[in-house]
Amino acid sequence: MAVVETRGLTKVFQRGQVGAVIDVDLRSVEGEFLVLLGPSGSGKTTLLRMIAGLEEPTSGEIWIGGTVVNGLSPRQRRIAMVFQSYALYPHLTVHGNIVFPLKAQRVARAERDKKAAWAAGLLGIGHLLGRKPRELSGGERQRVALARAIVREPSVFLLDEPLSNLDAKLRASAREEIEQFQKRIGTTTIYVTHDQVEAMAMGDRVVVMNHGRVCQIGTPREVYDDPADTFVATFLGSPPMNVAETDDALVGFRPEHIRPAGTLPADCAALPISFRFSHEEYLGAERILYGWIEGGPFHGSKAIARVPSTWSRLLASSEPAAFEVAREDLKFFDPRTGRRRAAIPLA
Amino acid sequence: MSGGRQRWLGPAMLFPAVLYVLALVGVPFVLAFFYALGDVKVGSVGWHFVGLANFRSVLENPTFRHALRNSFVFTITSQILVLVGANMLALTLKDAFRGRQFFRFLILLPWVAPVSIGSIGWKWILDSLYSVINWTLVRLHLVKPLDVPMWLGQPTLAMISVILVHTWHILPFATVILLAGWTAIPRDIPEAAAVDGAGYFRTLFQITLPMLLPIVNVALLFGIIFTFTDMTVVYILTRGGPYDTTQVLPSLAFFTGILGSDLAEGAAISLFLVPLLGVVAWLMLRTARRAEVA
Repeated sequence: MAVVETRGLTKVFQRGQVGAVIDVDLRSVEGEFLVLLGPSGSGKTTLLRMIAGLEEPTSGEIWIGGTVVNGLSPRQRRIAMVFQSYALYPHLTVHGNIVFPLKAQRVARAERDKKAAWAAGLLGIGHLLGRKPRELSGGERQRVALARAIVREPSVFLLDEPLSNLDAKLRASAREEIEQFQKRIGTTTIYVTHDQVEAMAMGDRVVVMNHGRVCQIGTPREVYDDPADTFVATFLGSPPMNVAETDDALVGFRPEHIRPAGTLPADCAALPISFRFSHEEYLGAERILYGWIEGGPFHGSKAIARVPSTWSRLLASSEPAAFEVAREDLKFFDPRTGRRRAAIPLA
Repeated sequence: MSGGRQRWLGPAMLFPAVLYVLALVGVPFVLAFFYALGDVKVGSVGWHFVGLANFRSVLENPTFRHALRNSFVFTITSQILVLVGANMLALTLKDAFRGRQFFRFLILLPWVAPVSIGSIGWKWILDSLYSVINWTLVRLHLVKPLDVPMWLGQPTLAMISVILVHTWHILPFATVILLAGWTAIPRDIPEAAAVDGAGYFRTLFQITLPMLLPIVNVALLFGIIFTFTDMTVVYILTRGGPYDTTQVLPSLAFFTGILGSDLAEGAAISLFLVPLLGVVAWLMLRTARRAEVA
């Protein structure tokens, strides 16, 4: 168990800037499941690789368990990592893969076999020990990679998009499994993903990254409900937050906060919105409406509304449709920096 | 396409290849057995069965036994040098650095150059009078002007020279094969090994080299065939000399059978290559089959 901390961590690449990391300060909590979330090229994998010791930082410090680990090799950092590709050793059996880290530590054979059996049992792959990686399904490979990672009981667990090679159905169950598994072993875990659903579902806290910088660190609820800037606001949520331009602020509101006029409770201050559709997506339980706003402070802004399909009768009536948004659900951003700012009165 | 056409088109396409193998490999091979069991000389008109007499005489010949030993020394030593050297080169050339393309081109050159021309170049480099190596050694005061090494004139030095020139020639081929093998290993794998706590040598010997083994096998088997059947380097550099000390089986077969006019004995000598090449061919087929399965 250990706390991972980075101080002013920066990585600059010579050619191009994709994946660079700029001045990242981060501090995990003991036993926490911390998710690094960002679009591709945002530097999240580079950050993880620097923590693992696979990439040398340009400047800044990395602390694991209270000591600076800059310059230490991956093996001296007592971390374990699961790669996106799983990186199983193709010529070794599942058992050979799982005991490899123990062999590298010169653990005696009897002890090795005991621990391998423990790890395999924990992940339910005991019956696969004699197989080669190429004889396994994607889900089984992922479990072998996890077993290989936990077998020497690392102080920190690093996972680099471990679910991206699984099909959608398997991904959902594997997501829950990894989460439960992490709770059970209680090891500090840093998990990289570009999938916001994974981040929201699994993370104790989410670190949202863009262009090498940390935009916001917070619980899934914090980053979703209280985005620190327009990037976080529009990156999280599907469809993303609407951002309308007014004279001196950007105003954001979630598609699900747009409701037919007159449906808000009486004690809730409402901002009426006149919405003209251009097209819609029917998703079964809900409908995504695309269009723009007419009149009022947001006149001419594009907007997306997400409404339950059960509201269809309310919507069919008028054109443009009369909607409203609770004023407390509006988020205000500075138009120059994109950062959050205090609410201002709207006309 | 109609069924009737399909029936003859396949065999028809295959026919030239079969004809080629039969005419240029099959016929000479059968002829070699025929010659080796008879008393054929260049210019003789008849053929009389002499049983294993040619083989017996060959085995009793000390030059032959020396050539047989040389063939193994030549093949094994050069293959060890090639595998170690090619791996080092491949490891150096697989990572990006300035001028990598140029160095890859340079390293490929000995393979592209005709072996006869390359060997003639080396013959001058190793010449007893005009050797640039000796000239350099003398200028550096490492050897005395009248006591220079006779690279091709002393039995041990001559053997070393032959082995090194041959290694120089086939090294690029093995390097290219191994380079392909090294590049095919995903970067994740050695990184995973590093995270799992393995050092450089554990990663090399337990992870990357075993993964590379099928490719190494291919390079090695080709190398053995190129080396065991090659006589160009020996023929051009030393003509088997001094005193037949650098003869290998193919060169001895040529000198005995063609230049020495004793076709029967030459054929008998060359047939000693068959068992070893048979084993190599079987191993190659097995490697190919495994590669298909994997």
